[in-house]
Amino acid sequence: MIILTGNDLKTGDVIWWAGETNWSRHLSDAVDAGEEADAVLQREDAARRVNAGYSVEAEQTERGPMPLHIKDRVRASGPTVRQDLAIDTNIPIEKA
Amino acid sequence: MYQYDKYDQSLVDSRVAEFRDQCERRIAGEMTEDQFKPLRLQNGLYLQLHAYMLRVAIPYGTLSGDQMRMLATIARKYDRDYGHFTTRQNIQYNWIKLEDAADILQDLSTVEMHAIQTSGNCIRNISSDQYAGASAEEAADPRPWAELLRQWSSFHPEFAHLPRKFKICVIASDTDRAAMRLHDIGIQLVENDAGELGARFYVGGGMGRTPMIAPLIREFVSADDLISYCEACLRVYNRYGRRDNKYKARIKILVHEIGAEEYTRQVEEEFAHIKTLNLDPPRAELERISEFFAPPAFDAEAPTEVDLSDPDFRIWHDQNVAEHKNPAYAIATISLKPVGGIPGDATADQMDLMADLAKQYSFDECRVTHSQNIVLPHVRKADLYALWQKLDEAGLAPANLDLIGDMIACPGLDYCSLANARSIPLAQKISQRFADQQRQKELGELKLKISGCINACGHHHAGHIGILGVDRKGVENYQLLFGGSGAEDVSLAKITGPGFTEDGVVDAIEKATDLYLAQREEGERFVDTYRRIGMEPFKEALYG
Repeated sequence: MIILTGNDLKTGDVIWWAGETNWSRHLSDAVDAGEEADAVLQREDAARRVNAGYSVEAEQTERGPMPLHIKDRVRASGPTVRQDLAIDTNIPIEKA
Repeated sequence: MYQYDKYDQSLVDSRVAEFRDQCERRIAGEMTEDQFKPLRLQNGLYLQLHAYMLRVAIPYGTLSGDQMRMLATIARKYDRDYGHFTTRQNIQYNWIKLEDAADILQDLSTVEMHAIQTSGNCIRNISSDQYAGASAEEAADPRPWAELLRQWSSFHPEFAHLPRKFKICVIASDTDRAAMRLHDIGIQLVENDAGELGARFYVGGGMGRTPMIAPLIREFVSADDLISYCEACLRVYNRYGRRDNKYKARIKILVHEIGAEEYTRQVEEEFAHIKTLNLDPPRAELERISEFFAPPAFDAEAPTEVDLSDPDFRIWHDQNVAEHKNPAYAIATISLKPVGGIPGDATADQMDLMADLAKQYSFDECRVTHSQNIVLPHVRKADLYALWQKLDEAGLAPANLDLIGDMIACPGLDYCSLANARSIPLAQKISQRFADQQRQKELGELKLKISGCINACGHHHAGHIGILGVDRKGVENYQLLFGGSGAEDVSLAKITGPGFTEDGVVDAIEKATDLYLAQREEGERFVDTYRRIGMEPFKEALYG
């Protein structure tokens, strides 16, 4: 599956596309953009609902969508060395 | 310390106003990210893995108490209560909001600070020796020269769009605490046989994916010609540096490809031309700058002895305190490397405390080191015990300067969008494995440096033990390197062999240090034993 991520323009927060014009701070809300990924990113960027957006390869797991690459799992989790600043400490970093 | 004149302040204030307008236009949608990105980078604002990151310049690593206190205020007011001191003697904030960025720069400007030229292909913050003005061994205080270079390089129109970023370091002693020869230009102030002040110029060093040690290109440049000689070095690079390939665009590649001799010939030719233009500032300007760096009013009555009867204090004193040029004073290093901590991180409260301690004990001055520690350069020996007690209460008294626990680590994949692997968890595991003070002391000076990618912000090439994080099919893997040094015995580390997992590399370091303890001769550091016996015995210990 293809999910979309980027940053909130004003706050810089990592956000995930949750369908339509919605973006969420939580990876678990991400939805499959499929073949519409590029078009959605273009539309959402133009509307400034996301900044520096890009598409991410992911797989559906029991925990919900999970990026295949470690970098995006860290983005979804927050710094692994500061649990107090984490978004979701249950995201497996080492292995999707 | 240097204080802005009206021109300095006006430049910074103008830039704040300009950037405020740019941020507002970006938020209003009047600029795309592609248009905005180079503008925000010119003001030190990156978009990192989790949020915007702001890199604030700390010129030659020197801070007043008020400036350190402002760094604490920014951490508390705009970030998440902490900051990260970097290997460029700067500070980075990891959780900045774009809508706050101009306000932060405004606040910084009130204490003569900014984030200008902390990114982009320009001359970056000048780095220097954290013991400047306090060490007995320097030919001159390098800070006035670093300040002169800061003024020359700030908004220099000819060098605003170089082929790549450009880093200059100025030191003034044979002991190199600033990795001088791993800079694009390394300048060592020296006196010639006639007692005149000048500089050795080393050009074309650097780390990154192609590490190189800068060769000496001129043994002595007169102090009066320092700016014009820098100008000549930059001009030749700006003209011939490769703009077609980002990975070959640093000056080290140019110097390597055409050879140091040919590069020097061209610099000398350019220098001869530039000298006719009278670009160097008059001596009066250097003297004006130097007055800001006059030695503080040392207490002539202060005792020269230290009471070391408290054994815990003695451990810290023996490790973290260095000789000062005034026998009644000492240079104290505050280690930001607690066991299991994040190298270089300091909380807002810790920064406030360090500001207070600088004011109370060190003539209101502190320094950031490239090893991600803080130095109080002028502490009365009689005050060291009281200083240590206050540091210890705040968790700022690890007695590990230059020991294995005092490691450099870049932010790595926990924060950096360029990283391939995490650096910090590995640093934490190593510091926990070697937490025992006696064990660290037994191992002696051992500079361990961790980078989360080939860009080498963690200086792994210059580590007695270096670690490079790589991405092996989506899994973090760590290459181990031995034999590097960023000091006066500069050398580049060599890879031991196949990489390790995170736990595996900690075990491997322990095997290597065990071998060192078994093989070392009297007085040898880890790196000395490695240089004497070579890589093979270490390989055997690691992979055999």
